[in-house]
Amino acid sequence: MNQETGKNTDAPLTILPKSPTGVTGLDEITGGGIPKGRPTLVCGAAGCGKTLLSVEFIVRGALDYGEPGVFMAFEEKSDELTTNVASLGFDLADLQARKLLKIDHVHIDRSEIEETGEYDLEGLFIRLGYAIDSIGAKRVVLDTIENLFAGLSNMAVLRAELRRLFTWLKDKGVTTIITGEKGDGSLTRQGLEEYVSDCVILLEHRVSNQISTRLLRIVKYRGSTHGTNEYPFLIDEDGISVLPVTSLTLDHPVSSERISSGIPSLDKMLDNKGYFRGSSLLVSGTAGTGKSSIASTFAYATCLRGERCLYFAFEESPQQIVRNMGSIGLDLQQFVNNGLLQFHAARPTLNGLEMHLVAIYKLVNALKPSVVILDPITNLITVGSVSEVKSMLIRLIDFLQSQQVTVMFTALTLNNIVNEQTDEGVSSLVDAWLLVRDIESNGERNRGLYVMKSRGMKHSNQVREFVITDNGLELIDVYLGAEGVLTGSARIAQQLQEATGVALRDHAVSRKDREIERKRTVLESKIASLQEEFESVQDELNKTYVEDDLRKEIMEKNREQMTRSRHDD
Amino acid sequence: MTNHTPLHNYNVMTMTDNFWELRLYVAGKTAKSTAALANLRRYCEEHVPNQYKIEVIDLLVHPQLAEGDQILAIPTLVKKIPEPIRKIIGDLSNEEKVLVGLNIIPATH
Repeated sequence: MNQETGKNTDAPLTILPKSPTGVTGLDEITGGGIPKGRPTLVCGAAGCGKTLLSVEFIVRGALDYGEPGVFMAFEEKSDELTTNVASLGFDLADLQARKLLKIDHVHIDRSEIEETGEYDLEGLFIRLGYAIDSIGAKRVVLDTIENLFAGLSNMAVLRAELRRLFTWLKDKGVTTIITGEKGDGSLTRQGLEEYVSDCVILLEHRVSNQISTRLLRIVKYRGSTHGTNEYPFLIDEDGISVLPVTSLTLDHPVSSERISSGIPSLDKMLDNKGYFRGSSLLVSGTAGTGKSSIASTFAYATCLRGERCLYFAFEESPQQIVRNMGSIGLDLQQFVNNGLLQFHAARPTLNGLEMHLVAIYKLVNALKPSVVILDPITNLITVGSVSEVKSMLIRLIDFLQSQQVTVMFTALTLNNIVNEQTDEGVSSLVDAWLLVRDIESNGERNRGLYVMKSRGMKHSNQVREFVITDNGLELIDVYLGAEGVLTGSARIAQQLQEATGVALRDHAVSRKDREIERKRTVLESKIASLQEEFESVQDELNKTYVEDDLRKEIMEKNREQMTRSRHDD
Repeated sequence: MTNHTPLHNYNVMTMTDNFWELRLYVAGKTAKSTAALANLRRYCEEHVPNQYKIEVIDLLVHPQLAEGDQILAIPTLVKKIPEPIRKIIGDLSNEEKVLVGLNIIPATH
């Protein structure tokens, strides 16, 4: 067996060589790029990004992979194209000057052309060949070659020549992207997919509920495995980003490092140390319970440690958040100024869910924050169903955890009846869940904070009263009295009442002491008078006693005298 | 491979209306190219003798010239003068189409 394995490694199978497109994410889906030296068809409806994708393929090739490219434009003029892609940061004029790019605009106008007799498209071959040879191009884009069909009427010649063209391109060894407009019931209007059989990429621009999402799918990739899903992609100032979102392996590294929530008393509830780094946190609660304040405090604590924080605000503008948090003693502006805190505010309805995900993915990759905050995720529901939001958040959590980024979501629970199971269904996904709940009694509402769960740590199971003060957030032990849990003014009243009780008791005690003292005095004086009485009685008794003795003595004496006197006789 | 009009004829005509400056793009000596050139010469000699100039450009020799006149198909005849510029592709086997295309005869429907 071993020998056999050894033999296999000696003569490895030739794997289809690939040419990296340089388009973020696309190379991951295709396992390295599009087939090298072969034509690839990129098709889709108008305005779905075919031209941009192909321009990026050429530009990245020229800049990043040292492969000059020829862009044969059948639709746009060279200068139009240059202007159109300048917004993506591509300087085509500079690339042309540096001989890394050649743009050849092919103009076909049926009204200018008369056809008579037989012809072929050798002129196109010669032009393309000349362009390729003049800069040593390795990449070619034909955008959109189907325009030939609009300019020329001899279909038989066109089809034969296209077939010849693709073979010729293969022989030239250039990696080619051919774009084609989507037709009815077929991938392209002219059935180009028949000629290009190696790799077909379909782009779509789908609008549902007035929210648009761009999607990319590899329809076919001969000789290679590839991702088969529809992948959302984003076109922005950095070009195209495709997000491969299927990585659902749960094997990301974990950290046992703890980071502070910014609220000392909350850290105390969480095993005295705070959250785990790289964990996912959910703060849910009804409206106005201070979810954003908890999130901002966490952001503040993160920046205070000198770490970067990325704050996605779906409800408030950054200025609003900075102002509002100023009122509870958090100066977020300083961190905005020094770049540690980055806000990214957008209405959820700006994009589809997937686009939000791509945007977050891109920003996280660019900024490398240690903490990401999404405030609130509830609003995402407006652009997708609960299950869609959940699947997006799963992928987001997976992605962030693989990057060791701590993420905090805030979620609005609409009322107290359902708040045990809603929160967009993410409560089971997150590592720690804080619930802020209104406790209503005695005509006032107070906030109670619970740690619903916190994986991997000992945490307090007690409700704390959550108080927003001028100096930040505080958690106060709730009062557990005879009437149950007391919060807010009831707690304060109870505390006052207790203090009163103590004073009253103290008072009562001192009065009793004096009473006893008085009683003692009275008793003692009574005892003294009795003593006197006793002594006088004793005296009396003694007097009688002495008198008796005296009398007896005297009588004795008298009798003796009488006796003596008788004897004398 | 250029065919120059004799000077004495050139001088007697009103230049703008009655002179044809033509350019024929070919790629090597293929059957189609040869046929196109032969057809073109014949039509010109028959209809506008001494009022034309034909420039034949072989793209195999001068590939860089293909872009300027937006050449795709071979053979392509480009009518530079009189304006407007017009292209006729193919081996020019249909005489009427060529003559109409070159504004030598008006279009008949």
